[in-house]
Amino acid sequence: MSTISTTQPLTTASSTAERPRSGNWDGGNEPFKASYGKLMMWFFLLSDAFTFAAFLTTYGLIRHRNPAFDPNAGVPFEFSTAYWPIPDKVFNAFPGLHGMDVPLGFVALMTMILIFSSVTMVLAVEAGHRMDKKDVQKWLLWTILFGATFLASQAWEWSHFIGGHEEGTLMADGTTFYGANLTQNQYGPVLFADLFFFITGFHGTHVFSGVCLLVYCFIATTNGTFHKRGHYEMVEKVGLYWHFVDLVWVFVFTFFYLV
Amino acid sequence: MANHASTEPVQAGEIPKPNVGWIWKTFFVLVGITALEFVFVFLMNPGTLRNSIFIVLTIFKAFFIVAEFMHLKHEVKALIWTILIPMALLIWLLIALVSEGTYGGQAIQNAFN
Repeated sequence: MSTISTTQPLTTASSTAERPRSGNWDGGNEPFKASYGKLMMWFFLLSDAFTFAAFLTTYGLIRHRNPAFDPNAGVPFEFSTAYWPIPDKVFNAFPGLHGMDVPLGFVALMTMILIFSSVTMVLAVEAGHRMDKKDVQKWLLWTILFGATFLASQAWEWSHFIGGHEEGTLMADGTTFYGANLTQNQYGPVLFADLFFFITGFHGTHVFSGVCLLVYCFIATTNGTFHKRGHYEMVEKVGLYWHFVDLVWVFVFTFFYLV
Repeated sequence: MANHASTEPVQAGEIPKPNVGWIWKTFFVLVGITALEFVFVFLMNPGTLRNSIFIVLTIFKAFFIVAEFMHLKHEVKALIWTILIPMALLIWLLIALVSEGTYGGQAIQNAFN
């Protein structure tokens, strides 16, 4: 009699053993259909988004705590610590066009350069899917070139911001101050320049890291490392990072320069 | 060099034709949205409406970069939600911190005035 009672659970056990658990999350396969490296790159980018969100939160708070310039008051805009500066009045210089008022012109150019570098990056990834070593090299080189151009543009923008406009601003103690540093600036509240340095600086550091990774990818592609490996997934992973940097710039551009 | 050709898995003639139409389409969408943003900068007075337009256009741009360039639209559903849900919560946190923080800051200022 005891054999019957033991066969009952045994049959159910064997019936489950006949149908192996092979669902998405039962192990032994890739539920996300993405490799370990690509998945971890996504999670890293998510954590990086947290960092940039912290910067944007700080920016939003401090911006809100400062009064905005009222264009209907009848007084023309001038730099003052009494209100937050209008971005098109601060960022209106263009290399080679000294003294001309080109509101946001240079930032528009930088944005275009970065979007274009994203396009060449996708083209490199696409060439990698086709195992086209020559095309991968070509598009990686273009991406490196645009990335470096963006960094150089940012260096120019910083040096102009630090050097200041010609008029300068009369400070409370009667002296005229030109440009900006971490404790004083001619454009508006102290924190305006601080946030500019920290947010665009942190983004620029990301672009610099991206250019370094791209240079590594270019060298490895040229040496045939990826070709021997059978896939260009490293280019894809660095591509994800590069697009994220472009994405962050889209947000920095909106919240720092447009709003 | 004699065995060089045999270690090369792909021969010169085997590389498929590039398929890049969608890349340039996405590029022109991004450029178009950026141009539209500049139109609004110069044609509209600053205000809540203009800022809302900028934020909506920025989200459009972010969608095209993430969905097409980062290929997230073509990933498995589970991966899409794994990325999007924390991002949505993060944006909620951002809005909440800015609005509550502004209120808190004003309350502290008023307490000392």
